[in-house]
Amino acid sequence: MIPSTPVAADIQSSSAGSSGMAPLIELNEISHSFGTRPDLAARLAISFKLAKPTASVQAIDGVSLAVRRGEVLGLVGESGCGKSTLGRIVAGIVAPSKGSVSWRGKDLKALPPLERREAKLRVQMIFQNPYASLNPRRKAADIVSEAPRVHGLVEGDLGTFVDQQFRRAGLDPALKHRFPHQFSGGQRQRIGIARALAVQPEFLVCDEAVAALDVSIQAQILNLFMDLRERLNLTYLFISHDLGVVEHISDRVAIMYLGRIVEEAPAEEIFARANHPYTQALLAEVPRIETTKRGFAAIKGELPSPLSPPSGCHFHPRCPHAMPRCRTEAPRLKVVAAGHKSACHLNDAAA
Amino acid sequence: MNATVLEVRDLRTHFGQAKAVDGVSFSVARGEVLGLVGESGSGKSVTGFSIIGLVDPPGTIVGGQIVFDGRDITRSSREEMRALRGRRMAMIFQDPMMTLNPVLRIDTQMIEAVQAHENVSRMDARARARDALGMVGIPSPDERLQAYPHQFSGGMRQRVVIAIALLHRPDFIIADEPTTALDVTIQAQILAEMQKLVAQNNTSLIWITHDLAVVSRLADRIAVMYAGRIVESGPVSDVLARPLHPYTAGLIDSVPSRNRRGERLRQIPGMAPSVARLPAGCAFAPRCARADAACAQAVPLLTAGPREHRCVHPLPEFRV
Repeated sequence: MIPSTPVAADIQSSSAGSSGMAPLIELNEISHSFGTRPDLAARLAISFKLAKPTASVQAIDGVSLAVRRGEVLGLVGESGCGKSTLGRIVAGIVAPSKGSVSWRGKDLKALPPLERREAKLRVQMIFQNPYASLNPRRKAADIVSEAPRVHGLVEGDLGTFVDQQFRRAGLDPALKHRFPHQFSGGQRQRIGIARALAVQPEFLVCDEAVAALDVSIQAQILNLFMDLRERLNLTYLFISHDLGVVEHISDRVAIMYLGRIVEEAPAEEIFARANHPYTQALLAEVPRIETTKRGFAAIKGELPSPLSPPSGCHFHPRCPHAMPRCRTEAPRLKVVAAGHKSACHLNDAAA
Repeated sequence: MNATVLEVRDLRTHFGQAKAVDGVSFSVARGEVLGLVGESGSGKSVTGFSIIGLVDPPGTIVGGQIVFDGRDITRSSREEMRALRGRRMAMIFQDPMMTLNPVLRIDTQMIEAVQAHENVSRMDARARARDALGMVGIPSPDERLQAYPHQFSGGMRQRVVIAIALLHRPDFIIADEPTTALDVTIQAQILAEMQKLVAQNNTSLIWITHDLAVVSRLADRIAVMYAGRIVESGPVSDVLARPLHPYTAGLIDSVPSRNRRGERLRQIPGMAPSVARLPAGCAFAPRCARADAACAQAVPLLTAGPREHRCVHPLPEFRV
């Protein structure tokens, strides 16, 4: 059995002094690419021009992001922009190709193994598809109790422990001996939430956690997230393509486009004064119920393939304000107002 | 609005014990866009499949009529339905990869669709296909005709499917959540195209979706389904501004943008009942704050001007 409590206390005390300001999790110049590394034979073949270089997707390109304790950071982007990969890196499921992840100001890679393990346990993930993320052959009670049992976190009777976890996620403990297929979509998502919370995390990565749910069930689960945040003092990275949901739940919002963060600001600020042309285009399509019929004003063009992203600013082929400079030089994230960063050359031109 | 193109009267499509659609009536006029809204399992897709005659066994239409162009097509033979489908009525599905054949080029599939209903040469059919692709905003349609479905992006693939649906300029189109799987910016492009094309050709459209925001911008009228029945219908702006049925109101209130930021969402408690075990009266009563003993009786369709609903305790016209 692993002596988990002393280590946890250690981590707790080491940052107690600075807990107000220091970010809980910090990503430093993270890059990640997917693709196979060519072996020796393949490398030789490529060098003699007998084979094409293997394709790789630059899923994340130099992203730095900090999540402060107790806040909800919304991460928004369209499919293929790298938001899920970023979530997995934060949750420790994927190791980034480049860059470092810090937990409470300490580089995860530099931590001793036991502490690293403890830090990883503090970050849990909730997945999009409650049908694919639960083992269909295990009972709900086993799904929820497996991790805490393995990590020695169950104090007292296991049955009582599971009942507590079920109640906390708004599930009837009487259902705990059922299999996942015997639950509805909303209930399954609650099992996923109970599983994540059973190891007493401080940080939850929610990857499109309400996208697959019906509107009325989505509202129930969002309310549960907000209740749990208050009761357990949780911090969230809330990944979603749905700006309506993100606007509702987030304190701060980061917008991603093809592997880069293009804008980052407090939620109210970004919805009132979006700076980046991509953010502005996205905001024009926030799903709102209109009582006077109006048409759709769409931005032009397709999402480019992440296999060969456009040069310079990735958004320039679709941008109504693109200048020659946008084709050659990638803009950097710069502060445009208090707490508001944006990566757009237009801000230089205006200054 | 002018002549009625389609009238559905008391449609009942059952899957054994499960009454997926149980007494649905509505009509669609020429050039009208009807938003058919509901959550999963409400019967909105089965309604669409029933109209186009593609309900798979064990599902069967056990009652009611579907009157298209003055004829009850529930009594039509397979050949008669086949002649209608693709030519006079078309359906667009949620997943374009399921609609398109992955091993055939786009031109093969589109020429086949043209020649299935009209005796035209291959050259002419090809020209028609090219025009249709151009119409839905696919760049360089001549080259794209020779591509395979996997060579298109998700949004472009859905445009191809829409182009195929428009090949014969059908009188009406049923679209079953065709933009749900697409990204926000691509969804907006497709909706803009669709709105334009339907208006140009005076086509009637049934847009099946769970997304009230899309319906509010696209549809003329809305019909809200719950547990196999239409619980409320009427002009879209009236229904969304002043819902009469508590379920419609609950749906509207659950949408995050209708709530104050950061506050608890006004949620509907509980979940939808199984259509295999429906209560005798109003199916929404167990989740409804306004329900009382009167709700245990079967609720007839009540009419108020252009609006219809099934609620014995409708919400007052003006709510806070």
